[in-house]
Amino acid sequence: MKRVTLALSLALAAGLSAQAAEAQTLKTIKDRGMLSCGVSQGLPGFSSPDDKGNWTGIDVDVCRAIAAAVLNDPTKIKFVPLSAKDRFTALQSGEIDVLSRNTTWTVSRDTSLGANFTGVTYYDGQGFMVKKSLKVNSALELNSASVCVQTGTTTELNLADYFKANNMKYEVIAFGTIDEAIKAYESGRCDVFTDDSSGLYASRLKLTNPADHVVLPEIISKEPLGPMVRHGDDQWFDIVKWTLFAMVTAEELGITQKNVDEMAKSDKPELKRVLGTDGNLGEQLGLTKDWVIRIVKAVGNYGESFDRNVGAGSPLKISRGLNNLWTKGGLQYAPPIR
Amino acid sequence: MGVGARKPPPQLALKLRRALGGRAGWNGVAVQLVFGAILAWIAYEVISNARTNLETQHIAAGFGFLQNSASFDVNQTLISYSGSDTYFRVFLVGILNTLLVSVVGIVFATVIGFGVALCRLSPNWLVSRVGGLYVEAIRNLPLLFQILFWYLAVLAALPAPRQSLSIFSAIFLNNRGVIVPSPLAQPGLVAFLAALALGIVTSLALRSYARQMLFGQGRAIRIWPYVLTLLVGLPLVTMLAFGPPVTFEFPQLRGFNFAGGTRIIPELVALTVGLSTYTAAFIAEIVRAGILSVHKGQMEAGSSLGLSRGATLRLIVVPQAMRVIVPPLTNQYLNLTKNSSLAVAIGYPDLVSVFAGTALSQTGQAIEILVMTMGVYLLISLATSAIMSVYGWRISRSLGA
Repeated sequence: MKRVTLALSLALAAGLSAQAAEAQTLKTIKDRGMLSCGVSQGLPGFSSPDDKGNWTGIDVDVCRAIAAAVLNDPTKIKFVPLSAKDRFTALQSGEIDVLSRNTTWTVSRDTSLGANFTGVTYYDGQGFMVKKSLKVNSALELNSASVCVQTGTTTELNLADYFKANNMKYEVIAFGTIDEAIKAYESGRCDVFTDDSSGLYASRLKLTNPADHVVLPEIISKEPLGPMVRHGDDQWFDIVKWTLFAMVTAEELGITQKNVDEMAKSDKPELKRVLGTDGNLGEQLGLTKDWVIRIVKAVGNYGESFDRNVGAGSPLKISRGLNNLWTKGGLQYAPPIR
Repeated sequence: MGVGARKPPPQLALKLRRALGGRAGWNGVAVQLVFGAILAWIAYEVISNARTNLETQHIAAGFGFLQNSASFDVNQTLISYSGSDTYFRVFLVGILNTLLVSVVGIVFATVIGFGVALCRLSPNWLVSRVGGLYVEAIRNLPLLFQILFWYLAVLAALPAPRQSLSIFSAIFLNNRGVIVPSPLAQPGLVAFLAALALGIVTSLALRSYARQMLFGQGRAIRIWPYVLTLLVGLPLVTMLAFGPPVTFEFPQLRGFNFAGGTRIIPELVALTVGLSTYTAAFIAEIVRAGILSVHKGQMEAGSSLGLSRGATLRLIVVPQAMRVIVPPLTNQYLNLTKNSSLAVAIGYPDLVSVFAGTALSQTGQAIEILVMTMGVYLLISLATSAIMSVYGWRISRSLGA
């Protein structure tokens, strides 16, 4: 029903508002005193609520960083949990200001949804998980298998491509939410569960006996996951884009949650520029001079957020891999803040 | 007489005035027309404004996407479908899957519902209490919960494909569904079907002749030996002459799943069971109310004519009760059809799941897709209620009401 409500509000917003695309997001958020952020319905490491309703995860940290930069308070966020199917409609209809929900950047999504990707929070790829007892070692041995998948994802499309390209037959069972898909996989309805590999590790933790399941080595797709904003507000697009770059830059420069105040006193020209003791880069974005300090104080730099949520410091224990800094053999690279 | 009745003056203008203007006469008609024009103008403004706004936000619009290839798969299709087919074909696949579960659900719900109602009305204490328990337990639990129960509880109880339960190594039951041998047409099929059709037509003709004799001349004719010969003997003879009409392809375990045979997926079973048992509880109450609405004098009249309880119900009470039963029964049929959209929770590929779900999020064209989906549900509902209206009208007419 949520989908219908969202679509109706989209239809109403499109039909009744005289200038739907007016660039007012920043002002609206400041007036409201609250950032509305679209997240998943619970994917450990990316966005999931704990038993007290506090949201954590790397996608959540992006929301918190934006709220810190804009409102100087990383807690002033209304988290809107969305299924894969509802996420774009929620963004189009204006229910959320930013979508930070492990969403794969593709050309069709960038062009046809009236929204833009602002960057890549996490470089991912699609994989398969099977029960160990099936004694499968490679995805190429999956001919005639039944596969559980979450509907409305790029995963569903890659799956069709992969089995077709390798001349294998399969049966797809598509569920509305990731939890339903996992439950069906666990009950034996499917032989295989497929998702972005980060999601596989996260979902495996939810199973009764995680050790009975194995993630196959094949990565069958590129899944760059990133935040999205609506078309038509370039200032807001810049703010969200540079918030993520600020986190990466902070890691490049060694600025951490702990030492940020000290770094601000440094007189290295680059640190002064980034941390706002010199120049007015923050104000040009529509924020304050100390925007990077606010961001790092709230969530730490990109590496800290990664370790805390999905990396060594989390139950997921995913290695940095592609998500390491470009200087360390990864792909995370921020354009210069100057 | 020889003189035809004078034609009445043309009533069209008067009728129009009464329908639109009511007591206000022609002034009322003018007001109504202005009101209609304003509504049309608002609708036009909203649509054209929506179009402009979608365009300025670069949100794709229009129905061109229906010709694009969908590139995802669906696990139950009544028409051939693969990932390279178009979104329009996905739409058709979804409609057919929705219709399948609705029609099967309606049939089962009706049968179970009538059965439970008769249980509740039974003079036997135990039977009537069991009927009552069924109704109260089922109709007071949320439907989604029941569907999930049937799906997860039944799945958990079934074995994996390699440990399937089998009946004569022909029918297999496991957590991938029920796999039955699938019939393959053979050259003898045409002759077999022709013989069967001939048998049915002749039997019907015989029956109508027998009834004519019974009511017209009071002669009862035993026709069942002839009917049996026509319906069974004739096809058997053609089978001997032309060879078997079908052969069966037996399912075999290959890799992870069975190959060959026809598979009924567990999602379809769970959804059908959930929908039909739930709706049956409501139908049972409607049927009970309908039967109780027939005056008990009718029952007594039946007994005094020497009819058995069953015959009295069948010939006297139920036909009168149907007049009361049909309108609310239609509501239940419509509810069942609409409730079938809960399929998305258990991964059954109905219209809402594959079209308003997967296709919507792959294309992002929410407005177009939801309008189409709502249109389909509206059409199915209107068609169902039209069929039921015709049925209700025929009952009323046959009762002389």
